[in-house]
Amino acid sequence: MSKTSTVSETLAVSLEGIGKRFPGVVANHDVSIKVRPRTVHALVGENGAGKSTLMKILYGVQKPDVGTIAISGQEVSFASPADAIRHEIGMVFQHFQLADNLTVTENVVLGAESRHGIGADARREIEGISETYGFGLDPDELVENLGVGQRQRVEILKVLYRGAKIIILDEPTAVLVPQEVEALFRNLRELRDEGHTLIFISHKLDEVLAIADDITVLRRGTTVATVDPGDVTPRDLAELMVGAELPSASTEESTVTETEVLEVKNLTVLDPTGRAVLSDINLRIRAGEVLGIAGVEGNGQTELVEAVVGMRKAANGTVELGNVDVTRQGAGERRTSGVGYIPEDRHRHGLLLDSPLWENRILGHQNRPPSVKGFWLNREGAREDSTRIVEQYDVRTPGIDTGARALSGGNQQKFIVGREMSGDPVLLVAAHPTRGVDVGAQAAIWGHIREARRKGLAVLLISADLDELIGLSDSLRVILRGKLVGDFDPQTVTPQQLGAAMTGVTGGGLRSSGEEKS
Amino acid sequence: MTPWMSKIALSLAAPLLAFVAAGLATTLVLLGAGDNPADFWRTILSWPENRNLVNILNYSAILYLSGLAAAIGFRMNLFNIGVEGQYRVATFAAAVFASQALLPGALNTLAAVVVAMATGALWAGIAGLLRVTRGVSEVISTIMLNAIAVALVAYLLRKVGSREGQAIVTDPIPESSWVPNIPLFSDSVTTFFGLGLLAVVAGVAFSVVLNRTRFGFNLRATGQAEAAAVASGVDVKKMVLYSMLLSGAVAGLIGMPQLFGASHQYGSTIQTGIGFTGIAVALLGRNNPWGIAAGALIFAYLTEQANPLGILAGISPDIIAVTQGVVVLSVVIAYEVVRRYRVKLEQQEVAQALFGEREPQEASR
Repeated sequence: MSKTSTVSETLAVSLEGIGKRFPGVVANHDVSIKVRPRTVHALVGENGAGKSTLMKILYGVQKPDVGTIAISGQEVSFASPADAIRHEIGMVFQHFQLADNLTVTENVVLGAESRHGIGADARREIEGISETYGFGLDPDELVENLGVGQRQRVEILKVLYRGAKIIILDEPTAVLVPQEVEALFRNLRELRDEGHTLIFISHKLDEVLAIADDITVLRRGTTVATVDPGDVTPRDLAELMVGAELPSASTEESTVTETEVLEVKNLTVLDPTGRAVLSDINLRIRAGEVLGIAGVEGNGQTELVEAVVGMRKAANGTVELGNVDVTRQGAGERRTSGVGYIPEDRHRHGLLLDSPLWENRILGHQNRPPSVKGFWLNREGAREDSTRIVEQYDVRTPGIDTGARALSGGNQQKFIVGREMSGDPVLLVAAHPTRGVDVGAQAAIWGHIREARRKGLAVLLISADLDELIGLSDSLRVILRGKLVGDFDPQTVTPQQLGAAMTGVTGGGLRSSGEEKS
Repeated sequence: MTPWMSKIALSLAAPLLAFVAAGLATTLVLLGAGDNPADFWRTILSWPENRNLVNILNYSAILYLSGLAAAIGFRMNLFNIGVEGQYRVATFAAAVFASQALLPGALNTLAAVVVAMATGALWAGIAGLLRVTRGVSEVISTIMLNAIAVALVAYLLRKVGSREGQAIVTDPIPESSWVPNIPLFSDSVTTFFGLGLLAVVAGVAFSVVLNRTRFGFNLRATGQAEAAAVASGVDVKKMVLYSMLLSGAVAGLIGMPQLFGASHQYGSTIQTGIGFTGIAVALLGRNNPWGIAAGALIFAYLTEQANPLGILAGISPDIIAVTQGVVVLSVVIAYEVVRRYRVKLEQQEVAQALFGEREPQEASR
């Protein structure tokens, strides 16, 4: 590890006491980070710990409410990303922002035409950068012909072309396969050795330990520690991320009954290219049982949820709801038979943002009272029930005529939870039900799920938050590359064991999934 | 200003802004071309004669139906460019059917209207079917279907029609099946098409279906957020097909007022372009039944008032197309500006309403 700890050196980036509040949403408070120049500084934390907000502040997308930002010892205030770029800060987003039908050169030059024009100069510059850092990119290749790893290098090239010395990488490995991760790390080390400073955001501990010179841990919106990767084990890091206090699930007595609600048998789902995104999934959930699915994002959770809800077709296998085969039914029919759904992306899948709250009450309940009466909408019914949800679930809103978009994330989510709990569902499919909501709303949502479970609701819970999984679930399974690989008892499992199974380090869990009674 | 009043002010701000912009643009064009804007505005803004008022109403009714047909698609993010082809095929089919006099009197009329709706729906349904089965963009397919419709009707007209002066026409509809016109002013030679009232019926039906029924909710939800609609259990493919059929059926009505009120036969001199104008009217009216009515009236008014421009002001009436175009463009822009402002306002309202409650909770963390 190349460590040049000259103490007197001016810090590349220094954040002091940064605070940012959104109405009701987890943000940042009292965040302090010191990034030494020419290092890879990792920022780790669970989803919703405030990493993204922090980086948006540093990149000028958002303004902090309090605190100071200093770049190379000079205090700055960014009104927009353009200001950040002027201070030689660049950001590589997790979701690539590239135009497929343009070439590498065109993508890089787009928006930075004033630097080297759009002609031969620009091309030469791009070739130069590509060569210096071993990117191996052909400037004239169309982006649509590039693989994921190459596209990411185009993104990095873009920020280098704009003169960035400090580069923020937001979960750059999330989309990469292991070999590509290796290649990326080689590029990053090269960049560091050439004098760049890199801020690397991730929640994958092994990767962070492999690449970082310093690690800062974020939890619940604030920085809890900065550590030297040489001094910590993955276990230490995990504990710093999750916090010592795990919620006491053991005090809750089991409400699991013998009534089977959901049974998934040999379920296989293919993506449009014919690759299996889920293979041979077997699971069952009984009334009063919460089954938690842990896993690193992108391992088939989304597909599993969509297959159970009925938005995705099964290539093979069956889905049974209360002993009725619903494999061939669409989402509408399944919902009518009592499937509630808290989607992962509430803005895209859970709400009509431009419609008032009471119309959002109807969404997903188009076939059921009280929102409809036969062929007609029941406006009065929908309005009354919206008022009930707002009261019971403590949705903070001026009224039910307020547009869903105007509400804070936590309150939108509370409304969705309330809606999905309406009409006595038998099965609740909850994907990241408390992602990005504030602590108060989180506790409330957990409370509602526990309450419903006591009343005999079966819950399929997908989450990246291990606290949530351990605290709510009656049994835990791990999903890895589209397969269910581990089977754990939440009473005894540790975050470390789960983490290991999620990354495939140990493969199985306490019991292997094969032994399960089928 | 109370919130209620500011809401009304906001919704009036956009069209007002748009018309001022359109007026300015037209004036600039006139000045640039060396015409006298004062003459232009005097002609356009003079109160129409009673017979012109009737013409405006007649044309509005037709444009309203066309605008509704387009709006049904728009509400679902479907760009049905094919209203033009759909209404031509439908009007031709209805004219041929009615001329056969298979049924007596008013029954014949009623059946012909149904034939028109079915034909329009069928023609639009082709595009809908292509979209849901093969993923063909309805923009492309409806444009192509327009071309096919024109050719097909011309071909069939030659087959079944007869020459009458310069035009080829279908056999006339028996007089017993005509729909009497409504005289609105005693001193006017022009009268209002009886079937112009179809516009009112269609408008009410559109509003009720869209706002009060499950189908309408699903349609709006799909248009607003397709992913959310899918998650809520809407079968989007079915909705695409249904709304194309519905859009085509309404398009089929466009030719009815004229056919049963004035021409009584389909001829090669049929007025063209109404389907395209309807798209502009729907845009102008923000796909809202009242808005489309206003849009149709404005377009009809401008067109009618522009007629004497050549005689009275020595300006080509074609200039009015510029005004109409700029109005649509400005309305789209102005509404977006106002919408953003409104979103911001609402967020502030929420923050204000909750400020007192949230403060202590946040501080306690």
